[in-house]
Amino acid sequence: MSVDASAPGARAAADGTGRRPEVPAQRAGRRGRAPLSENKKAERRLGWLLCAPAALVMVLVTAYPIGYSVWLSLQRFDLRFPDQREFVGLENYVTVLTNEFWWTAFGVTALITVVTVAVELVLGMGLALIMHRTLVGRGIVRTAALIPYGIVTVVAAFSWRYAWTPGTGYLANLFGDGAPLTERASSLAIVMLAEIWKTTPFMALLLMAGLALVPEDLLKAASTDGATGWQRFTKVMLPVMKPAILVALLFRTLDAFRVFDNIFVLTAGGNETSSVSMLAYNNLIRGLNLGIGSTMSVLIFLTVAVIAFVFVKLFGTAAPGSDDSERR
Amino acid sequence: MADIVLDKVGKRFPDGTVAVRDVDLEIADGEFVILVGPSGCGKSTTLNMIAGLEDISSGELRIGGQRVNDKAPRDRDIAMVFQSYALYPNMTVRENMAFPLRLAKLDKETINSKVEEAAKVLELTPLLDRRPANLSGGQRQRVAMGRAIVRQPKAFLMDEPLSNLDAKLRVQMRTVVSRLQKQLGTTTVYVTHDQTEAMTLGDRVVIMRGGAVQQVGPPQELYDHPRNLFVAGFIGSPSMNFLHAAVQDGKLRTAVGDVPIGDRIRRGLEAGDAPRELILGIRPEHFEDAELVDDDTRRRGLEFEAPVDIVESMGSDKYVYFTVEGERASAAELEELAADAGADFSGGGAGLVTRLSAESAVREGESRRVWFNLEKIHLFDPSTGRNLTLHEGRSSGALAD
Repeated sequence: MSVDASAPGARAAADGTGRRPEVPAQRAGRRGRAPLSENKKAERRLGWLLCAPAALVMVLVTAYPIGYSVWLSLQRFDLRFPDQREFVGLENYVTVLTNEFWWTAFGVTALITVVTVAVELVLGMGLALIMHRTLVGRGIVRTAALIPYGIVTVVAAFSWRYAWTPGTGYLANLFGDGAPLTERASSLAIVMLAEIWKTTPFMALLLMAGLALVPEDLLKAASTDGATGWQRFTKVMLPVMKPAILVALLFRTLDAFRVFDNIFVLTAGGNETSSVSMLAYNNLIRGLNLGIGSTMSVLIFLTVAVIAFVFVKLFGTAAPGSDDSERR
Repeated sequence: MADIVLDKVGKRFPDGTVAVRDVDLEIADGEFVILVGPSGCGKSTTLNMIAGLEDISSGELRIGGQRVNDKAPRDRDIAMVFQSYALYPNMTVRENMAFPLRLAKLDKETINSKVEEAAKVLELTPLLDRRPANLSGGQRQRVAMGRAIVRQPKAFLMDEPLSNLDAKLRVQMRTVVSRLQKQLGTTTVYVTHDQTEAMTLGDRVVIMRGGAVQQVGPPQELYDHPRNLFVAGFIGSPSMNFLHAAVQDGKLRTAVGDVPIGDRIRRGLEAGDAPRELILGIRPEHFEDAELVDDDTRRRGLEFEAPVDIVESMGSDKYVYFTVEGERASAAELEELAADAGADFSGGGAGLVTRLSAESAVREGESRRVWFNLEKIHLFDPSTGRNLTLHEGRSSGALAD
């Protein structure tokens, strides 16, 4: 074993990447536990070496762009006036954060996020329960429920747009003879509807995995203990599923906050229906203002990071000891 | 508290399989009844039907004189203990035990005092604020029992509650369950696949096979007077020895010698359609080292000589395994029992398990004379499994007139 591992270790040391793998091994040894044997160290080194290519790719495709955006966000950099490029510190942030368009878009995004995720959670839970409980034609039910998720978002968005277009769309005249996509409230509602229609199956899929974690005996016990169907759901199922629900909420919230395609196709951001992603796109790609656009991207990134952080904190306190009982 | 009556209760699943057929059973108020049988015999399905967790396909179920076929589990006022304990992982021990009371909308003080009381009985008081994940298997099991008893239900239903415990703890919890049941006097239906549990715990034992009840009775009666081959083989550890026996000239030719038969059985065997081949059953404790048998006793049995295979000294007595010549007994029941035990029933050839006195000087490898009691043997019809020595419910050996 040690012979096997030392060979790649030596090679790694020769090309200069060998240092990184050794660090965690030493640290773990110092943390009070019994010092690692040579064998274990070699094994650990091999483990890090095996991860290294993936880690390197991650650095190249994510860390570098993120770092570069941050760097761009600190500069005045408009491609239309490339000569005026200069380092301006946080000036771009002040510009964006004091701009009413940014806050309007932020509000729109937050509204879409909260409403769609809440509705998706309820509908997704219902769908998950149906898929979990169905005895007849389980395969067909599941396939049917998942179809919207299988359609490309832009394609789905176009079909919604045509459906609401006056004159040709079959939904356009549902509420009088206006053009729903030309008014703010109705177009936001349609954007949310399209989002919900599209991603509820995903929510249901994640929740169904959570449902499978609830032991059948627990529900039987609850019903002999005198619980009604609703009480079984709220007092037994939901608490046991809490980790799965949080995962589903996290994924969907992060996704929903970056909403772009549906708005792009349905309203193109007209009538103050832009999301923050739309705004960033407009500044960055259409306006060619790399500084302001990057600033917006960084702000979106920070918001998403905060959301993720809050959820991960919630995981920590979710169902204490639940992992122990699941392992049983 | 109430009696439970199963009146021709049956369960047929949508795909046509019959899990339970026409079970008739009257469980008296306060009685402790065990449902026992190999896996797949329908015992758990029967229990689930009593609990209301499984629909009843046919027949009627009455609890306390009331038909409850169509009542939801929550309206039947029964408490159930599961093999997996089914404790709510998100609640503390106290909350787990209080759960049924909270659902019954009792006031806080009553709930508290009831939980404390049950916790005291089961010695759970120091654990009340822990969560199930932080308890040992035995403690979880006690919490599950506690959750059942706080409510003072009409009946306890227990589905293999001790099967997940290790052997030592299981024996210990057996007495706890038994004592608790006697203390509370609550009607209890207990499902197990372990015949030792069945023998030691119940007032009455119901032996099931393939969805049908084989025999119902107090443990000793099932042991002494098994109605058929299946019951005889299932009850007892080590189990009864089964030998092939051929009827010839009014005698039974077996691997342990020619066994004389009494008039009543002979008359039965003289009928035209009577089987010519029988299965002879002898329990291990009905053998004895021939040297240790006095003349009076000797007359009531037969002796044979066989090579000693293995001697297991238990201190109080000796389990001695003999190899005997001759055909193996075969019947559907025996194969089923063997499959359930996960082993071949008698190994290759016909092996005999005997329980001899500790004083016996028997040694491995030698050939030894062994006596067995003719009054205690059973004869079975291999095709139907019926016990032919049974007369008016009692078994009286092969010599009965």
